[in-house]
Amino acid sequence: MKKLKKILSNSFLWLVMLFFYLPIFYVILFSFNESKSLTKFSGFSLQWYQKMFESRSVREAIYYTLIIAVLATIISTIVGTLTAIGLSKSNKVLKAVVLQINDIPMMNPDIVTAIGFMLLFSSLGVQKGFATILLAHVSFCIPYVILTVMPRLRQLDDNLAEAALDLGATPFQALTKVIIPQLRGSILSGALIAFTMSFDDFVISFFTSGPKVSNIAIYVYSAIKRINPTINALSTIIVVIVTITLTIVNVVPLIKEKKKRGISDEKVSA
Amino acid sequence: MLLIFLYAFTVEGNSIITLHFTFENFAKFFSDSIFPMVLARSLKIAFYTTVICILIGYPAAYIIAQQSEKVQTFIVLLITLPMWINMLIRTYSWKGILSYFEFDAEINVMVGMVYNFLPFMILQIHTSLSKLDRNLLTAAKDLGADEIQTFLRVTLPLSIPGVISGITLVFLPAVSSFFIPKLLGGGSYVLIGNLIENYFISVGNWNYGSAISLIMALVIILSMFVTKKMEKKTGEEA
Repeated sequence: MKKLKKILSNSFLWLVMLFFYLPIFYVILFSFNESKSLTKFSGFSLQWYQKMFESRSVREAIYYTLIIAVLATIISTIVGTLTAIGLSKSNKVLKAVVLQINDIPMMNPDIVTAIGFMLLFSSLGVQKGFATILLAHVSFCIPYVILTVMPRLRQLDDNLAEAALDLGATPFQALTKVIIPQLRGSILSGALIAFTMSFDDFVISFFTSGPKVSNIAIYVYSAIKRINPTINALSTIIVVIVTITLTIVNVVPLIKEKKKRGISDEKVSA
Repeated sequence: MLLIFLYAFTVEGNSIITLHFTFENFAKFFSDSIFPMVLARSLKIAFYTTVICILIGYPAAYIIAQQSEKVQTFIVLLITLPMWINMLIRTYSWKGILSYFEFDAEINVMVGMVYNFLPFMILQIHTSLSKLDRNLLTAAKDLGADEIQTFLRVTLPLSIPGVISGITLVFLPAVSSFFIPKLLGGGSYVLIGNLIENYFISVGNWNYGSAISLIMALVIILSMFVTKKMEKKTGEEA
Protein backbone atom coordinates (compact mmCIF):
# COMPACT_ATOMS: atom_id res chain seq x y z
CA MET A 1 0.00 0.00 0.00
CA LYS A 2 2.69 2.45 1.01
CA LYS A 3 4.81 1.41 -1.91
CA LEU A 4 1.95 1.95 -4.32
CA LYS A 5 1.40 5.41 -2.92
CA LYS A 6 5.04 6.24 -3.34
CA ILE A 7 5.03 5.05 -6.95
CA LEU A 8 1.90 7.06 -7.68
CA SER A 9 3.20 10.26 -6.14
CA ASN A 10 6.58 9.92 -7.79
CA SER A 11 5.06 9.38 -11.19
CA PHE A 12 2.88 12.45 -10.64
CA LEU A 13 6.00 14.46 -9.95
CA TRP A 14 7.67 13.08 -13.05
CA LEU A 15 4.64 14.04 -15.11
CA VAL A 16 4.86 17.60 -13.84
CA MET A 17 8.56 17.67 -14.69
CA LEU A 18 7.80 16.29 -18.11
CA PHE A 19 5.28 19.08 -18.56
CA PHE A 20 7.99 21.60 -17.71
CA TYR A 21 10.72 20.14 -19.86
CA LEU A 22 8.95 18.62 -22.83
CA PRO A 23 8.56 21.88 -24.75
CA ILE A 24 12.18 22.81 -24.11
CA PHE A 25 13.44 19.51 -25.47
CA TYR A 26 11.05 19.84 -28.36
CA VAL A 27 12.54 23.18 -29.33
CA ILE A 28 16.07 21.81 -29.02
CA LEU A 29 15.19 18.85 -31.21
CA PHE A 30 13.62 20.95 -33.91
CA SER A 31 16.48 23.41 -33.95
CA PHE A 32 18.38 20.61 -35.70
CA ASN A 33 15.60 19.96 -38.17
CA GLU A 34 16.44 20.03 -41.82
CA SER A 35 13.16 21.55 -42.98
CA LYS A 36 11.20 24.52 -41.80
CA SER A 37 8.42 22.43 -40.31
CA LEU A 38 7.67 22.53 -36.61
CA THR A 39 5.85 19.20 -36.65
CA LYS A 40 7.82 16.87 -38.93
CA PHE A 41 11.42 16.05 -38.27
CA SER A 42 12.95 15.33 -41.65
CA GLY A 43 16.65 15.12 -40.96
CA PHE A 44 19.59 16.51 -39.05
CA SER A 45 21.07 19.81 -40.08
CA LEU A 46 22.85 22.77 -38.54
CA GLN A 47 21.59 25.27 -41.07
CA TRP A 48 19.47 27.24 -38.58
CA TYR A 49 22.45 27.81 -36.35
CA GLN A 50 24.43 28.98 -39.32
CA LYS A 51 21.60 31.28 -40.38
CA MET A 52 21.32 32.61 -36.87
CA PHE A 53 24.99 33.51 -36.58
CA GLU A 54 24.93 35.09 -39.99
CA SER A 55 21.93 37.24 -39.14
CA ARG A 56 22.86 40.74 -38.13
CA SER A 57 19.62 41.34 -36.27
CA VAL A 58 20.24 38.35 -33.99
CA ARG A 59 23.73 39.53 -33.17
CA GLU A 60 22.44 43.02 -32.51
CA ALA A 61 19.65 41.70 -30.32
CA ILE A 62 22.10 39.71 -28.20
CA TYR A 63 24.40 42.70 -27.97
CA TYR A 64 21.63 45.06 -26.87
CA THR A 65 20.18 42.59 -24.38
CA LEU A 66 23.53 42.17 -22.68
CA ILE A 67 24.61 45.80 -22.72
CA ILE A 68 21.25 47.01 -21.43
CA ALA A 69 21.20 44.40 -18.70
CA VAL A 70 24.74 45.26 -17.58
CA LEU A 71 24.23 49.03 -17.65
CA ALA A 72 20.79 48.84 -16.02
CA THR A 73 22.22 46.62 -13.29
CA ILE A 74 25.12 48.96 -12.54
CA ILE A 75 23.05 52.14 -12.53
CA SER A 76 20.07 50.75 -10.64
CA THR A 77 22.30 49.10 -8.04
CA ILE A 78 24.12 52.36 -7.34
CA VAL A 79 20.97 54.48 -7.29
CA GLY A 80 18.97 51.90 -5.35
CA THR A 81 21.64 51.43 -2.71
CA LEU A 82 22.15 55.15 -2.19
CA THR A 83 18.40 55.65 -2.01
CA ALA A 84 18.07 52.92 0.58
CA ILE A 85 20.87 54.42 2.67
CA GLY A 86 19.36 57.88 2.35
CA LEU A 87 15.96 56.53 3.34
CA SER A 88 17.27 54.79 6.42
CA LYS A 89 18.54 58.16 7.66
CA SER A 90 15.43 60.18 6.83
CA ASN A 91 12.28 60.69 8.85
CA LYS A 92 9.48 58.16 9.16
CA VAL A 93 6.83 59.85 7.04
CA LEU A 94 9.10 60.35 4.07
CA LYS A 95 10.33 56.79 4.40
CA ALA A 96 6.82 55.38 4.42
CA VAL A 97 5.78 57.47 1.45
CA VAL A 98 8.78 56.57 -0.66
CA LEU A 99 8.52 52.87 0.19
CA GLN A 100 4.87 52.95 -0.76
CA ILE A 101 5.74 54.53 -4.09
CA ASN A 102 8.49 51.97 -4.42
CA ASP A 103 5.87 49.22 -4.23
CA ILE A 104 3.70 50.53 -7.05
CA PRO A 105 5.76 49.42 -10.04
CA MET A 106 6.21 46.00 -8.48
CA MET A 107 2.51 45.39 -8.02
CA ASN A 108 1.49 46.97 -11.27
CA PRO A 109 1.11 44.66 -14.22
CA ASP A 110 4.08 45.00 -16.58
CA ILE A 111 1.98 46.29 -19.38
CA VAL A 112 0.63 49.20 -17.37
CA THR A 113 4.12 50.22 -16.28
CA ALA A 114 5.25 49.84 -19.88
CA ILE A 115 2.66 52.15 -21.37
CA GLY A 116 3.27 54.56 -18.51
CA PHE A 117 6.85 54.85 -19.69
CA MET A 118 5.81 55.06 -23.29
CA LEU A 119 3.46 57.96 -22.55
CA LEU A 120 6.02 59.67 -20.38
CA PHE A 121 8.70 59.53 -23.05
CA SER A 122 6.45 60.64 -25.85
CA SER A 123 4.90 63.46 -23.85
CA LEU A 124 8.39 64.72 -23.11
CA GLY A 125 9.16 64.44 -26.80
CA VAL A 126 11.98 61.94 -26.34
CA GLN A 127 12.76 59.78 -29.35
CA LYS A 128 12.37 56.12 -28.45
CA GLY A 129 15.59 54.19 -28.70
CA PHE A 130 18.51 52.97 -26.66
CA ALA A 131 18.27 55.70 -24.02
CA THR A 132 14.57 55.20 -23.34
CA ILE A 133 14.78 51.43 -23.02
CA LEU A 134 17.77 51.75 -20.70
CA LEU A 135 16.03 54.38 -18.59
CA ALA A 136 12.93 52.21 -18.31
CA HIS A 137 15.02 49.20 -17.30
CA VAL A 138 16.92 51.22 -14.72
CA SER A 139 13.76 52.48 -13.11
CA PHE A 140 11.97 49.14 -12.94
CA CYS A 141 15.08 47.54 -11.44
CA ILE A 142 15.58 50.18 -8.73
CA PRO A 143 12.62 49.08 -6.55
CA TYR A 144 13.98 45.54 -6.39
CA VAL A 145 17.41 46.78 -5.36
CA ILE A 146 15.92 49.01 -2.66
CA LEU A 147 13.82 46.14 -1.41
CA THR A 148 16.78 43.77 -1.09
CA VAL A 149 19.16 46.29 0.49
CA MET A 150 16.65 47.81 2.94
CA PRO A 151 16.27 44.84 5.34
CA ARG A 152 20.03 44.47 5.76
CA LEU A 153 20.37 48.20 6.38
CA ARG A 154 17.96 47.98 9.24
CA GLN A 155 20.26 45.55 11.02
CA LEU A 156 23.28 47.83 10.76
CA ASP A 157 24.68 49.52 13.81
CA ASP A 158 24.33 53.30 13.42
CA ASN A 159 27.12 53.86 15.88
CA LEU A 160 29.70 52.50 13.49
CA ALA A 161 29.14 55.27 10.98
CA GLU A 162 29.15 57.83 13.77
CA ALA A 163 32.36 56.43 15.16
CA ALA A 164 33.93 56.77 11.73
CA LEU A 165 32.87 60.41 11.58
CA ASP A 166 34.21 61.04 15.07
CA LEU A 167 37.50 59.51 14.08
CA GLY A 168 37.85 62.10 11.35
CA ALA A 169 36.42 60.34 8.31
CA THR A 170 34.60 62.51 5.80
CA PRO A 171 30.94 61.53 5.19
CA PHE A 172 31.98 60.10 1.84
CA GLN A 173 34.65 57.98 3.47
CA ALA A 174 32.19 56.82 6.09
CA LEU A 175 29.85 55.76 3.29
CA THR A 176 32.40 53.92 1.16
CA LYS A 177 34.57 52.47 3.91
CA VAL A 178 32.05 51.67 6.63
CA ILE A 179 28.48 51.42 5.40
CA ILE A 180 28.84 49.90 1.94
CA PRO A 181 31.25 47.07 2.89
CA GLN A 182 28.73 45.91 5.46
CA LEU A 183 26.00 45.82 2.83
CA ARG A 184 28.02 43.91 0.27
CA GLY A 185 26.01 40.71 0.27
CA SER A 186 22.63 42.35 -0.11
CA ILE A 187 23.90 44.77 -2.75
CA LEU A 188 25.19 41.82 -4.71
CA SER A 189 21.91 39.93 -4.53
CA GLY A 190 20.05 43.12 -5.45
CA ALA A 191 22.29 43.48 -8.49
CA LEU A 192 21.67 39.86 -9.42
CA ILE A 193 17.91 40.33 -9.27
CA ALA A 194 18.20 43.53 -11.31
CA PHE A 195 20.24 41.74 -13.96
CA THR A 196 17.76 38.89 -14.22
CA MET A 197 14.79 41.24 -14.40
CA SER A 198 16.38 43.29 -17.14
CA PHE A 199 17.66 40.30 -19.07
CA ASP A 200 14.29 38.61 -18.94
CA ASP A 201 12.08 41.58 -19.65
CA PHE A 202 9.97 41.67 -22.75
CA VAL A 203 6.87 43.77 -22.12
CA ILE A 204 8.54 46.95 -20.95
CA SER A 205 11.26 46.76 -23.58
CA PHE A 206 8.67 46.19 -26.25
CA PHE A 207 6.83 49.40 -25.46
CA THR A 208 9.84 51.60 -24.83
CA SER A 209 12.22 50.61 -27.60
CA GLY A 210 12.33 52.30 -30.95
CA PRO A 211 12.51 50.62 -34.33
CA LYS A 212 16.31 50.60 -34.29
CA VAL A 213 16.93 48.90 -30.97
CA SER A 214 15.63 45.44 -30.17
CA ASN A 215 16.65 42.89 -27.58
CA ILE A 216 16.35 39.12 -27.82
CA ALA A 217 12.76 39.04 -26.61
CA ILE A 218 11.61 41.69 -29.07
CA TYR A 219 13.43 39.89 -31.86
CA VAL A 220 11.72 36.63 -30.97
CA TYR A 221 8.35 38.32 -30.78
CA SER A 222 8.66 39.95 -34.15
CA ALA A 223 10.13 36.85 -35.79
CA ILE A 224 7.51 34.46 -34.42
CA LYS A 225 4.78 35.86 -36.60
CA ARG A 226 6.03 33.68 -39.42
CA ILE A 227 7.51 30.23 -38.88
CA ASN A 228 11.17 30.78 -38.34
CA PRO A 229 13.35 27.94 -37.07
CA THR A 230 16.28 30.25 -36.32
CA ILE A 231 14.34 31.02 -33.16
CA ASN A 232 14.63 27.36 -32.19
CA ALA A 233 18.38 27.65 -32.58
CA LEU A 234 18.50 30.89 -30.61
CA SER A 235 16.33 29.40 -27.86
CA THR A 236 18.54 26.33 -27.66
CA ILE A 237 21.61 28.47 -27.17
CA ILE A 238 19.90 30.51 -24.46
CA VAL A 239 18.76 27.32 -22.72
CA VAL A 240 22.32 25.98 -22.80
CA ILE A 241 23.80 29.23 -21.46
CA VAL A 242 21.21 29.50 -18.68
CA THR A 243 21.68 25.86 -17.69
CA ILE A 244 25.46 26.16 -17.55
CA THR A 245 25.34 29.40 -15.57
CA LEU A 246 22.82 28.07 -13.07
CA THR A 247 24.70 24.84 -12.63
CA ILE A 248 27.91 26.74 -11.93
CA VAL A 249 26.15 29.12 -9.54
CA ASN A 250 24.62 26.21 -7.65
CA VAL A 251 27.50 23.77 -7.74
CA VAL A 252 30.42 26.08 -6.92
CA PRO A 253 29.22 26.89 -3.39
CA LEU A 254 28.75 23.16 -2.78
CA ILE A 255 32.31 22.39 -3.84
CA LYS A 256 33.64 25.27 -1.76
CA GLU A 257 31.77 23.98 1.23
CA LYS A 258 33.16 20.50 0.70
CA LYS A 259 36.66 21.89 0.46
CA LYS A 260 36.19 23.87 3.63
CA ARG A 261 34.88 20.81 5.34
CA GLY A 262 37.80 18.82 4.02
CA ILE A 263 40.22 21.34 5.46
CA SER A 264 38.56 21.42 8.85
CA ASP A 265 38.46 17.61 8.86
CA GLU A 266 42.19 17.55 8.25
CA LYS A 267 42.72 19.94 11.11
CA VAL A 268 40.70 17.72 13.36
CA SER A 269 42.62 14.63 12.38
CA ALA A 270 45.94 16.44 12.71
CA MET B 1 18.32 62.60 -0.83
CA LEU B 2 18.12 64.31 -4.17
CA LEU B 3 18.03 60.93 -5.82
CA ILE B 4 15.02 59.93 -3.78
CA PHE B 5 13.06 62.86 -5.01
CA LEU B 6 14.19 62.34 -8.54
CA TYR B 7 13.17 58.74 -8.35
CA ALA B 8 9.87 59.42 -6.65
CA PHE B 9 9.18 61.92 -9.36
CA THR B 10 9.75 59.54 -12.24
CA VAL B 11 7.44 56.91 -10.84
CA GLU B 12 4.78 59.37 -9.91
CA GLY B 13 5.17 61.20 -13.17
CA ASN B 14 4.26 58.01 -14.83
CA SER B 15 0.90 57.54 -13.30
CA ILE B 16 0.01 61.22 -13.40
CA ILE B 17 0.44 61.25 -17.12
CA THR B 18 -1.59 58.12 -17.57
CA LEU B 19 -4.34 59.65 -15.49
CA HIS B 20 -4.14 62.93 -17.27
CA PHE B 21 -4.71 61.44 -20.69
CA THR B 22 -7.48 59.05 -19.84
CA PHE B 23 -10.37 60.74 -18.17
CA GLU B 24 -12.73 61.15 -21.13
CA ASN B 25 -12.40 57.65 -22.42
CA PHE B 26 -14.10 55.67 -19.74
CA ALA B 27 -17.57 56.28 -21.05
CA LYS B 28 -16.54 54.74 -24.33
CA PHE B 29 -15.24 51.68 -22.57
CA PHE B 30 -18.53 50.88 -20.95
CA SER B 31 -20.77 51.75 -23.86
CA ASP B 32 -18.81 49.53 -26.22
CA SER B 33 -19.89 45.90 -26.03
CA ILE B 34 -16.59 44.25 -26.99
CA PHE B 35 -14.54 45.45 -24.09
CA PRO B 36 -16.62 44.23 -21.18
CA MET B 37 -16.72 40.90 -22.99
CA VAL B 38 -12.94 40.80 -23.38
CA LEU B 39 -12.49 41.81 -19.77
CA ALA B 40 -14.85 39.04 -18.66
CA ARG B 41 -13.01 36.56 -20.85
CA SER B 42 -9.62 37.61 -19.44
CA LEU B 43 -10.89 37.22 -15.91
CA LYS B 44 -12.42 33.86 -16.74
CA ILE B 45 -9.29 32.42 -18.28
CA ALA B 46 -7.12 33.79 -15.47
CA PHE B 47 -9.49 32.20 -12.98
CA TYR B 48 -9.37 28.79 -14.67
CA THR B 49 -5.58 29.01 -14.95
CA THR B 50 -5.33 29.73 -11.24
CA VAL B 51 -7.62 26.83 -10.34
CA ILE B 52 -5.65 24.41 -12.52
CA CYS B 53 -2.40 25.67 -11.04
CA ILE B 54 -3.69 24.97 -7.54
CA LEU B 55 -4.98 21.51 -8.50
CA ILE B 56 -1.63 20.50 -10.00
CA GLY B 57 0.62 22.67 -7.86
CA TYR B 58 -0.62 21.69 -4.44
CA PRO B 59 -0.13 17.93 -4.75
CA ALA B 60 3.19 18.50 -6.48
CA ALA B 61 4.41 20.80 -3.72
CA TYR B 62 3.11 18.36 -1.11
CA ILE B 63 5.00 15.46 -2.66
CA ILE B 64 8.16 17.53 -2.97
CA ALA B 65 7.95 18.52 0.69
CA GLN B 66 7.88 14.82 1.66
CA GLN B 67 11.29 14.12 0.10
CA SER B 68 14.64 14.31 1.83
CA GLU B 69 16.24 17.74 1.97
CA LYS B 70 18.77 17.06 -0.77
CA VAL B 71 16.12 15.79 -3.16
CA GLN B 72 13.98 18.84 -2.33
CA THR B 73 16.69 21.33 -3.26
CA PHE B 74 17.34 19.41 -6.45
CA ILE B 75 13.69 19.37 -7.51
CA VAL B 76 13.26 23.05 -6.66
CA LEU B 77 16.28 23.77 -8.82
CA LEU B 78 14.73 21.74 -11.62
CA ILE B 79 11.55 23.80 -11.35
CA THR B 80 13.32 27.16 -11.24
CA LEU B 81 15.61 26.38 -14.14
CA PRO B 82 13.04 26.86 -16.93
CA MET B 83 11.92 30.08 -15.25
CA TRP B 84 15.23 31.69 -16.17
CA ILE B 85 14.53 31.16 -19.82
CA ASN B 86 12.58 34.00 -21.32
CA MET B 87 8.83 33.57 -21.03
CA LEU B 88 8.42 34.37 -24.68
CA ILE B 89 10.66 31.51 -25.70
CA ARG B 90 8.97 29.13 -23.31
CA THR B 91 5.58 30.05 -24.71
CA TYR B 92 6.84 29.75 -28.24
CA SER B 93 8.12 26.26 -27.46
CA TRP B 94 4.55 25.07 -26.99
CA LYS B 95 3.55 26.13 -30.45
CA GLY B 96 4.95 23.06 -32.17
CA ILE B 97 3.58 20.59 -29.64
CA LEU B 98 0.15 22.13 -29.56
CA SER B 99 -0.09 22.00 -33.32
CA TYR B 100 -0.37 18.20 -33.07
CA PHE B 101 -3.57 18.50 -31.13
CA GLU B 102 -6.32 20.56 -32.55
CA PHE B 103 -7.54 22.31 -29.46
CA ASP B 104 -9.44 25.52 -29.72
CA ALA B 105 -7.67 28.77 -28.98
CA GLU B 106 -8.88 28.99 -25.41
CA ILE B 107 -7.34 25.68 -24.36
CA ASN B 108 -4.07 26.51 -26.12
CA VAL B 109 -3.82 29.78 -24.26
CA MET B 110 -4.67 28.08 -20.99
CA VAL B 111 -1.93 25.47 -21.48
CA GLY B 112 0.54 28.28 -22.14
CA MET B 113 -0.52 30.16 -19.02
CA VAL B 114 -0.47 27.13 -16.76
CA TYR B 115 2.97 26.28 -18.11
CA ASN B 116 4.32 29.75 -17.46
CA PHE B 117 2.81 30.35 -14.06
CA LEU B 118 2.67 26.90 -12.43
CA PRO B 119 6.24 27.14 -11.08
CA PHE B 120 5.27 30.19 -9.00
CA MET B 121 2.39 28.28 -7.44
CA ILE B 122 4.47 25.19 -6.67
CA LEU B 123 7.31 27.20 -5.16
CA GLN B 124 5.03 29.32 -2.98
CA ILE B 125 3.14 26.32 -1.61
CA HIS B 126 6.35 24.38 -1.18
CA THR B 127 7.88 27.20 0.89
CA SER B 128 4.93 27.29 3.25
CA LEU B 129 4.83 23.48 3.51
CA SER B 130 8.53 23.15 4.24
CA LYS B 131 8.29 25.75 6.99
CA LEU B 132 5.67 23.60 8.66
CA ASP B 133 6.65 22.33 12.08
CA ARG B 134 6.99 18.53 11.88
CA ASN B 135 6.18 18.22 15.58
CA LEU B 136 2.65 19.39 14.87
CA LEU B 137 2.13 16.42 12.56
CA THR B 138 3.53 14.00 15.11
CA ALA B 139 1.36 15.56 17.77
CA ALA B 140 -1.73 15.12 15.62
CA LYS B 141 -0.85 11.49 15.04
CA ASP B 142 -0.24 10.92 18.74
CA LEU B 143 -3.59 12.42 19.51
CA GLY B 144 -5.20 9.80 17.32
CA ALA B 145 -5.77 11.60 14.04
CA ASP B 146 -5.42 9.48 10.92
CA GLU B 147 -3.49 10.70 7.90
CA ILE B 148 -6.43 12.35 6.19
CA GLN B 149 -7.52 14.14 9.32
CA THR B 150 -4.00 15.39 9.94
CA PHE B 151 -3.84 16.73 6.43
CA LEU B 152 -7.23 18.44 6.54
CA ARG B 153 -6.95 19.88 10.01
CA VAL B 154 -3.24 20.67 10.32
CA THR B 155 -1.31 20.73 7.06
CA LEU B 156 -3.90 22.32 4.82
CA PRO B 157 -4.86 25.28 7.02
CA LEU B 158 -1.23 26.08 7.72
CA SER B 159 -0.32 26.10 4.05
CA ILE B 160 -3.14 28.42 2.98
CA PRO B 161 -0.93 31.55 3.08
CA GLY B 162 1.33 29.91 0.51
CA VAL B 163 -1.65 29.10 -1.67
CA ILE B 164 -2.86 32.69 -1.46
CA SER B 165 0.45 34.23 -2.41
CA GLY B 166 0.61 31.65 -5.18
CA ILE B 167 -2.80 32.84 -6.38
CA THR B 168 -1.62 36.45 -6.59
CA LEU B 169 1.47 35.37 -8.50
CA VAL B 170 -0.59 33.38 -11.00
CA PHE B 171 -3.79 35.35 -11.34
CA LEU B 172 -2.31 38.82 -11.81
CA PRO B 173 0.08 38.07 -14.66
CA ALA B 174 -2.54 35.81 -16.23
CA VAL B 175 -5.04 38.65 -16.46
CA SER B 176 -2.63 41.09 -18.05
CA SER B 177 -0.60 38.75 -20.24
CA PHE B 178 -0.66 39.68 -23.89
CA PHE B 179 1.88 37.59 -25.71
CA ILE B 180 0.64 34.18 -24.55
CA PRO B 181 -2.77 34.63 -26.23
CA LYS B 182 -1.09 36.23 -29.19
CA LEU B 183 1.35 33.37 -29.74
CA LEU B 184 -0.85 30.43 -28.89
CA GLY B 185 -4.37 31.66 -29.48
CA GLY B 186 -4.04 32.75 -33.07
CA GLY B 187 -4.96 36.23 -34.22
CA SER B 188 -8.63 36.11 -33.36
CA TYR B 189 -8.35 35.27 -29.69
CA VAL B 190 -8.11 38.57 -27.86
CA LEU B 191 -7.59 39.23 -24.16
CA ILE B 192 -7.40 42.55 -22.39
CA GLY B 193 -3.61 42.77 -22.72
CA ASN B 194 -3.92 42.37 -26.48
CA LEU B 195 -6.46 45.16 -26.61
CA ILE B 196 -4.07 47.47 -24.85
CA GLU B 197 -1.25 46.48 -27.16
CA ASN B 198 -3.44 47.01 -30.22
CA TYR B 199 -4.53 50.44 -29.14
CA PHE B 200 -0.98 51.52 -28.48
CA ILE B 201 0.99 49.86 -31.24
CA SER B 202 -1.35 49.30 -34.19
CA VAL B 203 -4.26 51.70 -33.86
CA GLY B 204 -2.41 54.48 -32.12
CA ASN B 205 -5.35 55.56 -29.98
CA TRP B 206 -3.34 56.03 -26.82
CA ASN B 207 -6.05 57.68 -24.79
CA TYR B 208 -8.38 54.78 -25.19
CA GLY B 209 -5.56 52.32 -24.55
CA SER B 210 -4.72 54.10 -21.33
CA ALA B 211 -8.33 53.98 -20.23
CA ILE B 212 -8.42 50.22 -20.74
CA SER B 213 -5.16 49.68 -18.91
CA LEU B 214 -6.29 51.83 -16.04
CA ILE B 215 -9.45 49.80 -15.67
CA MET B 216 -7.37 46.65 -15.74
CA ALA B 217 -5.03 48.04 -13.08
CA LEU B 218 -8.07 48.87 -11.00
CA VAL B 219 -9.46 45.35 -11.29
CA ILE B 220 -6.09 43.93 -10.34
CA ILE B 221 -5.60 46.21 -7.36
CA LEU B 222 -9.09 45.30 -6.23
CA SER B 223 -8.37 41.58 -6.43
CA MET B 224 -5.07 42.11 -4.61
CA PHE B 225 -7.00 43.84 -1.89
CA VAL B 226 -9.41 40.92 -1.60
CA THR B 227 -6.60 38.36 -1.42
CA LYS B 228 -4.80 40.43 1.20
CA LYS B 229 -7.97 40.51 3.26
CA MET B 230 -8.27 36.75 2.89
CA GLU B 231 -4.68 36.34 3.96
CA LYS B 232 -5.25 38.36 7.08
CA LYS B 233 -8.35 36.40 7.91
CA THR B 234 -6.67 33.02 7.58
CA GLY B 235 -3.72 34.38 9.51
CA GLU B 236 -6.00 35.29 12.40
CA GLU B 237 -7.69 31.95 12.37
CA ALA B 238 -4.41 30.11 12.38
